[in-house]
Amino acid sequence: MTDHTPAIELKGISKAFGPVQANKDISIRVMPGTIHGIIGENGAGKSTLMSILYGFYKADAGEIFINGRLTQIPDSQAAIRAGIGMVFQHFKLVQNFTVLENVVLGAEEGAMLRPSLAKARRQLKQLAAEYELNIDPDARIEDIGVGMQQRVEILKALYRQADILILDEPTGVLTPAEADHLFRILKGLRDQGKTIILITHKLREIMEITDTVSVMRRGEMTATVQTAETSPPELAELMVGRKVLLQVEKAPATPGKTILEVENLRVIDSKGVERLRGIGIEIRAGEILGLAGVAGNGQSELLEVLGGYRKAKGKVRLNGEEIDLTGSKSDARTRRARGIAHVPEDRHHEGLILDFTAWENVAFGYHDKPEFNKGVFMDNAAIKADAAAKMERFDVRPPNPNLAAKNFSGGNQQKIVVAREIERNPDLLLIGQPTRGVDIGAIEFIHEQIVALRDMGKAVLLVSVELDEILSLSDRIAVMFDGQIMGERLPSETDERELGLLMAGITDTDKPHSEAEIEANLAKKRASAAKEA
Amino acid sequence: MDFLTLLQVLDTTIRLATPLLLACLAGLFSERAGIFDIGLEGKMLASAFLTAAVAAVTGSVLIGTLAGIGAALMLSGIHGLASITFRGNQLISGVAINFLAAGITVVIAQSWFGQGGRTPQLSGNARFESIDLPFVSEIRDIPVLGPIYAELISGHTLLVYVGLLMVPLTWWVLFRTRFGLRLRAVGENPAAVDTAGISVVGLRFAAVAICGLLTGLAGAYLSTGLQAGFVKDMTAGRGYIALAALIFAKWRPWYALGACLLFGFLQAIALRPDVIEGTLGFEVGVQLLDALPYILTVVILAGFVGRAIPPRAGGEPYVKER
Repeated sequence: MTDHTPAIELKGISKAFGPVQANKDISIRVMPGTIHGIIGENGAGKSTLMSILYGFYKADAGEIFINGRLTQIPDSQAAIRAGIGMVFQHFKLVQNFTVLENVVLGAEEGAMLRPSLAKARRQLKQLAAEYELNIDPDARIEDIGVGMQQRVEILKALYRQADILILDEPTGVLTPAEADHLFRILKGLRDQGKTIILITHKLREIMEITDTVSVMRRGEMTATVQTAETSPPELAELMVGRKVLLQVEKAPATPGKTILEVENLRVIDSKGVERLRGIGIEIRAGEILGLAGVAGNGQSELLEVLGGYRKAKGKVRLNGEEIDLTGSKSDARTRRARGIAHVPEDRHHEGLILDFTAWENVAFGYHDKPEFNKGVFMDNAAIKADAAAKMERFDVRPPNPNLAAKNFSGGNQQKIVVAREIERNPDLLLIGQPTRGVDIGAIEFIHEQIVALRDMGKAVLLVSVELDEILSLSDRIAVMFDGQIMGERLPSETDERELGLLMAGITDTDKPHSEAEIEANLAKKRASAAKEA
Repeated sequence: MDFLTLLQVLDTTIRLATPLLLACLAGLFSERAGIFDIGLEGKMLASAFLTAAVAAVTGSVLIGTLAGIGAALMLSGIHGLASITFRGNQLISGVAINFLAAGITVVIAQSWFGQGGRTPQLSGNARFESIDLPFVSEIRDIPVLGPIYAELISGHTLLVYVGLLMVPLTWWVLFRTRFGLRLRAVGENPAAVDTAGISVVGLRFAAVAICGLLTGLAGAYLSTGLQAGFVKDMTAGRGYIALAALIFAKWRPWYALGACLLFGFLQAIALRPDVIEGTLGFEVGVQLLDALPYILTVVILAGFVGRAIPPRAGGEPYVKER
């Protein structure tokens, strides 16, 4: 292997989807045996570029060189033959197959299955020993956690003898400990001579493990720099095109009277699994309570209960008055009337109706207000005027209320939802994953709005799987695991390591813990959940 | 009920279960690959007609069966085109096929044979003959085992044995071959198959073609094995019963055999009200007996038999996504 032939070289790659130019004349060189980061906002064209490299899309123009040789990649099969493996953001695994079957799928030895499976079993053992990729080959995908599933994806690529591994936003679903483990695996792979491309929007990951980083903005490659020679503020500026505040600026909180009290909240879902096991929290006026946790540990259920679309047992008081959790007054409309606003976690399914216009979406949930109605008819002119004003204040682009919600970018969609909820001046704002799939510029803006609401003396419950976000926004942090609050911390007195342990259900955070211990704990929880189901 | 009567009822059970079994396995291949097929009924009907028609004209049941399979394959092709290539709604495509087959078979039968939408009665080589397995006459006189072998196991037509052999064959293909692994994968998560560099469209068309082949056999058996000629709507909902059996069987080949035998048994006792009366001691309405398989179908489809998890990607056209 010569050091001067790039493992991958792309020259002049362009790709358009209709009128949208996703990639514009992109050239990049990735050297062998390095970890090369590609960073950019959502919609910058990172994933499109990698999909072209993996044969998922065909480029309109441009050339691909693999190890110096011009290579045509019309489909994924060709990419695999060229030694490229890809770990997608959403895993491409068959849920009810075993690990072994998933690894073998598409790379079988012959028409009969048994010899292929036997060979794969031997290979997996070797790979596991070589790269810390331990995994039970006979476990079913649906029974193992996301961290393990990701390892299966990596094993799939290695089993196909990939020399070049592309990972698309790999840490989005992982706990900090799992992410650390992943990074160790990636470093191990690099040291064995593999080339790794890491697509991410997280500056911290870029700084932590890449050797070189390329920045993309609006379909163009704006810079490629050595990681050691750059800094997060510089990268952020390259990504957004202007200076960005990475740290939220906020004054210390001045909590007032108690707004929300939750006592012993319990939820049992339709499968009979207990999702919330006695939750107790309290939020005061002028305070942001951040709820940290790996997705699927009950945060969503808690938001749904408080938002009024899931029934529960227990006590919830708003401004000292009890809230109906099971009866006819337990619906979302009553909650809104009482001063609870809700930005749901999933804006596509709960926050917006994508095919409806922006102005219709801005009115949802509040469409029965007198100012939006004339007798039995809706006053569309009034709603549109109101929507236009809100979109203006929240800098939604384009500021056109007649456009369907699906035509806005993720960040602007989220601004529409946040504008709708915050502008109603609620006593309590429930906000789930406020910046998921949102670009840095919009993140900054949404964070400012949340802090501004707090400074007006409102209570905020912030649910997020992004620890950075929790740490920088919250005045207090509660950590959820398996339907319970594992503990509360002040952001100034805790760190990612401690929160990460709590997120894995380990409360004695002063002791050092090995990864094996954390994984065992997670596995135990999954087993008990499976038994209940 | 004496032993011989029991054997007769079970013998009828096997014969009546065969078209259900072939259709059920046909649906199993299709649905395991993620293509729901409500059009089993229509394909059986088309095959039943064309098999009988060609057999009547040529006097050869084998040529007839080939023609019947061809008819079912053609309808499978239409279903594949609509639901795989053009990503249409699989239920609508299936319903359209059922209507098309119900109408066109009678129209063509009338135009060809002028016998009121039937084919002529088939006899001799235009029907499947029953096959006597070896040593029938020697074994027949052995108590218990002899009659079971002679009455129940021996003496069926070729397609009955084909249907029964299809059960282990289907199991083997699905769970022991590369094709089966890929077929099951494409019904669960086509994106996994696509990113592994395998053609989703190719696999699904292969599954739909196997479905056509098996429904073709099922239809051929109806008009040349079970009966002697085609009559209007002779499938009588068997395609839907096969679908119910498929759900009952949780998309597994051996369970499918059990489910189809159960339905076959219900149809068989409906033919023998005298046996029912003799066993139970009171008369049960013939209408009720006739309705039993359909009642069970409703019960199964309503989900009273426990949770059956269909293939996860079933019914959804595959659209490439990042």
